[in-house]
Amino acid sequence: MASVAESGVIPASRRRRFSRRRFGQATAPYVLLAPAAAVIGVVLAYPLYLLVKMSFEKYGLFELIRHKGRWVGTDNYASIFQDAEFWRVVVRTFLFTVVCVSLTMILGTAIAMLLLQVSRWVRIALTTGLVLVWAVPVIVAVNIWRWMIDYQFGVANWALTKLHFGNFERHDWFANPWSGFGVFTLLIVWGAIPFVAITVYAGLAQVPHELLEAAAIDGAKPWAVFREVTLPLLKPILVILTSLSIIWDFQVFQQIWVMLDSRPTSDYYTMAIYAFHQSFQISEYGLGAAIAVVMVMFMFLATLVYLRQMLRTGEVH
Amino acid sequence: MSSVTQIAPTPVAPVVTRPRSRKRVRKFGWNALALVVLFVMVFPVYWMISTAFKPGHDILSFTPQWVPAHPTLSNFTDAIHQQFFWNAVKNSLIVTSVVVLLSLVLAFLAALALAKFSFYGRKPFIVVILGVQMVPLAALIIPLYIMMSRVHQVDKLSGVIVMYLTFVLPFAVWTLRGFLLGVPKELEESAMVDGATRFGAFVRILLPLLGPGLVATSIFAFIQAWNEFIIAYVFLHTPEKQTLMVWLASFTTLRGTDWGPLMAGATLCSLPVIVFFVLVQRKIAFGLTAGAVKG
Repeated sequence: MASVAESGVIPASRRRRFSRRRFGQATAPYVLLAPAAAVIGVVLAYPLYLLVKMSFEKYGLFELIRHKGRWVGTDNYASIFQDAEFWRVVVRTFLFTVVCVSLTMILGTAIAMLLLQVSRWVRIALTTGLVLVWAVPVIVAVNIWRWMIDYQFGVANWALTKLHFGNFERHDWFANPWSGFGVFTLLIVWGAIPFVAITVYAGLAQVPHELLEAAAIDGAKPWAVFREVTLPLLKPILVILTSLSIIWDFQVFQQIWVMLDSRPTSDYYTMAIYAFHQSFQISEYGLGAAIAVVMVMFMFLATLVYLRQMLRTGEVH
Repeated sequence: MSSVTQIAPTPVAPVVTRPRSRKRVRKFGWNALALVVLFVMVFPVYWMISTAFKPGHDILSFTPQWVPAHPTLSNFTDAIHQQFFWNAVKNSLIVTSVVVLLSLVLAFLAALALAKFSFYGRKPFIVVILGVQMVPLAALIIPLYIMMSRVHQVDKLSGVIVMYLTFVLPFAVWTLRGFLLGVPKELEESAMVDGATRFGAFVRILLPLLGPGLVATSIFAFIQAWNEFIIAYVFLHTPEKQTLMVWLASFTTLRGTDWGPLMAGATLCSLPVIVFFVLVQRKIAFGLTAGAVKG
């Protein structure tokens, strides 16, 4: 990563220019970085600091008007850790994340493998379909699924009844949180599969054929080839995709919020919704901040794994 | 891809026709499976579009109608005559275009620094750029709201623009940096040896080579800003100031659930994104995981 001037040819008679240029060389990158760094600092770094600070403060409506919180130490944390509701929300969010991420990764990888096996025209058709689904905005997707599972005229209830899965006429999917979260899992996995499938497929296409052929000639079964050759080569991509999926699914908010008309019952609270509810609906911004801090801590692990992999893959020099 | 089918453990038989026909049957099976997957994945999108073209009485029937028997555009006219639709279109266009332009300029400058200079603090900055992509927006929304209300930027498009900019920048910087690294250094150097100034070399050599990167980045910024919901929902209270996604999300509450116009509105909202997405899909997949597999 040598800079351009380092290798530039500079005549001896221009020594003075040289040193001035070197000074320019030294400050230029900082000047170039400054605007982006400033925006990121103001809109990300400062709020992060504010979030941690607020989590140690009583910050209600009164403090909101006064623009100043009141320091209460670890009271907020004490009260959320003693709150049974909080722990239910944590367990629910973890469970939901694990199910969504596993399904997304398994199905996405399977579809990527499938893309390698099919004829060219089928591959083009399926890739185009995946890109189409990938492009659908989340809010649009939520509305489509809401229409498909409508209790009265939804196509899902009709199909399930016709296929003799039982009587689904006027079945309300959100009456029971388990089936409700089943719908959210389908919605999120459906939306996330294209990205995973296309990225893994791009990775698979880079796996050298000679390796696979050599393994096959040595008598390895297809599953063994996959496990011993393909999987280790794909590991970096899979690690990055899994950590990204964890981050995205753990903070699930808008799908549930919009699907349930901005008023989900407490059975549907995930950590993001619980933090939002505590702050914007009952104006306990301090409590909401404490929940959000706990959430960031949980997600930090996935972030570390992602960063380590990104730095390791040699992309960062 | 033919080499992959070769790894199937078919014994080497003297008669060539049998394994080949077996192979063909297997290929047919994979193709059929892929078409089933395609159907399942695309069906929701198809259902949205087909509903958008159906008249109300065909939508509200207990037996779904697979293909619109009486196609109509009335749902679309209903949707665009819905209150605040044109306000939302205008706001979305303002927000996205400003975000695209600003992010392009800021990201380009930062990428230039990261790709073309070695300086103290370079690696930490890269780690920050990668790390902030992972900061959960859902957690930051609380302090952001407090901060923005202090500087009177709640319910203003400008506040939303600054926030979008931040969430677009890391990816934009990262992608442009990748493109800049792809430009061979010798090209620039030879231009400078030939007497071009640094700026001249930049305009004539670098800029044309970066074209695709700039296009990909701006479309990514467009899609992000266009699709974003949480920030717009929390920060823009007045209906006249809302963006299209907030308009779409509040569609049902205006007058019950009117599925036809809702699906027509949803189709209209996704149209620009789908068009752009198809244009740059490969570059986005590339940007997030580039170079992760070493052959």
